[in-house]
Amino acid sequence: MNKFIRAFIFGIFALVPMLTLAASTGVHLDKAGNDLSDKESLKRGFQSYINYCLGCHQLQYQRYNRTFEDLGISEADGIANYMYTGEKVGDHITNTMPAKDAAKWFGNTPPDLTLMARLKPGPDYIYTYLRSFYVDPERPFGVNNTILKNAGMPHVLQGLQGVRTMDENGKLSEATGGSMTVEEYDAFARDLANFLEYTGEPSKLKREAMGYWVIGFLFIFLIFAYLLKVEYWKDVH
Amino acid sequence: MFANFMSWINQRLPLTDAVNKHAGQYPAPKNFNFWYVFGVLASVVLVNQLLTGVWLTMSYEPSGEGAFASVEYIMRDVDYGWLLRYMHSTGASAFFVVVYMHMFRGMMYGSYQKPRELLWIFGMLIFLVLMAEAFMGYLLPWGNMSYWGAQVIISLFGAIPIIGDDLTLWIRGDYVISGATLNRFFALHVIAMPLVLVVLVFLHILALHEVGSNNPEGTNIKKPKGSVPLEEHSKFTFHEQYTKKYDIVDAIPFHPYYTVKDLVAIVIFLIIFSWVMFFNPEGGGYFMEAPNFEPANGLKTPEHIAPVWYFGPFYTILRVIPDKLLGAVGMFSAIIVLFLLPWFDRGTVKSIKFRCTAHTVNLAQFVICFIALGILGTLPSTPVYNLIGTIATFGYFGFFLALWVYSKNEKTKPVPERVSG
Repeated sequence: MNKFIRAFIFGIFALVPMLTLAASTGVHLDKAGNDLSDKESLKRGFQSYINYCLGCHQLQYQRYNRTFEDLGISEADGIANYMYTGEKVGDHITNTMPAKDAAKWFGNTPPDLTLMARLKPGPDYIYTYLRSFYVDPERPFGVNNTILKNAGMPHVLQGLQGVRTMDENGKLSEATGGSMTVEEYDAFARDLANFLEYTGEPSKLKREAMGYWVIGFLFIFLIFAYLLKVEYWKDVH
Repeated sequence: MFANFMSWINQRLPLTDAVNKHAGQYPAPKNFNFWYVFGVLASVVLVNQLLTGVWLTMSYEPSGEGAFASVEYIMRDVDYGWLLRYMHSTGASAFFVVVYMHMFRGMMYGSYQKPRELLWIFGMLIFLVLMAEAFMGYLLPWGNMSYWGAQVIISLFGAIPIIGDDLTLWIRGDYVISGATLNRFFALHVIAMPLVLVVLVFLHILALHEVGSNNPEGTNIKKPKGSVPLEEHSKFTFHEQYTKKYDIVDAIPFHPYYTVKDLVAIVIFLIIFSWVMFFNPEGGGYFMEAPNFEPANGLKTPEHIAPVWYFGPFYTILRVIPDKLLGAVGMFSAIIVLFLLPWFDRGTVKSIKFRCTAHTVNLAQFVICFIALGILGTLPSTPVYNLIGTIATFGYFGFFLALWVYSKNEKTKPVPERVSG
């Protein structure tokens, strides 16, 4: 049996390099450092989303009233400050851009973003993406993105961030001409990334909170189950 | 009152007798170890899948247009829908974890050997149906990897000469994977396969109780009638079906001794299960794959199409064989050889503890190859990976061939008559 275990452990170690090779692919992403439990950040992200993103990107699986409830926004406040086009509070967060026309305008229909944080590697991807636009005259909208090559999206946040250029070594310059400082824009992108992590899975915080209770209960139950086993097995030994 | 009621039942259905035969007076060897909990755990997962599946079906919409949105509806609008869905998705992976452990236990202790061949065959049929069940269930969320995974696997049938194209058309019900495919997979996933699965599990347990459980030492706990002195008989009462033919030694009743022991195992299992489900339901991208968070799109192939991890070993065997038909043959052969394991093994000593060193080494290399094939199945295809995959494929099939050779005149250690300890 010992021989078996030794051979087995040796084999497992031989497999480890394969896994590390697999893990090292992919582009470098900056850490968003967002906090799902920060409701103020989520509210700011929601507000920015409505103002800057929703015109093109729907959240077709997410409802207004659920969002209000989870973010601690009263219905009256929500209707007044987050809903501009006469929807009902129970409606999904959609826009009216015709998908076929959008595909003509941008090359692709702008994707629905409800689940983007789960489709792409998390909020870090969104955070990095929003901060990685640079001037590229060869692109139809004059900008390109370092982590999504030839992105079809124009840099709609250019007014906030300003313009970045890429030098011959592929390094991006500091942004110039935007209304926000670098720190302000990073915080803006972080709030959006945070909000989209929330829409990706609205029950995430509830899920983790419930997890502690369930596992806590199971550990206590384990003690009694074990004692029961010991008590019964006294007959056997 | 209750006694009257039970006697009324028992006059019409042998309920008490059946419960005694299969639980309260079923003789189980007293030396079961860690590896013997996975059968019970598989039953727990099966029940979990059946129950959560019923509730998911209540809100799921089996159509190409509505499936993806209905899953998000379950995740957001159905009370605790997210919990049901994660229990089901985590359960799918957990099912294969426990079933692979269960099968490995059988290989390690020779639980497939005579007289347990049919028991092993039922188990393998369960494994086969489970794979079909998982494959079809995987299409239902209608994510992009669901779609392309199904596309790749169903196209394999196209490699069969002459009837291949018609067969794939018949399976899909369309020229591509479409709503028609989704609907039939839904029907098979929620009705046909579970029904077959439950019947097979029933037969698996009946067959087990007919021949009796093996144990880590592979000794026989049923001795010829009258061969064991009275003072060495077990102090427990066993059902007469077992005692009228044999003297039972070293056994304890399944209930309560193994039910309470299994309860401990179940709770530990549930702790691990809950940890995944509540804190890491995507299983690092292995239990739920990222491309499945966008709807199926026949025009957009995911960068790297990989099957779910539990199909990895078989997928790699398919992939390292350059010819499509031979690859498919190789993949199905990998399952067929497992069916035939009781006949590849010509030995009579069951447990690895008393078999020759070659067997230990052979089983170890098999496990390593199986895990390597599984890891490779989730990775993109490169020349180096294909080389490793080819070697591992040889290792996989080599296990059976080598076993057939050395088990004929195997030098084994003496097997004790009685269970030690």
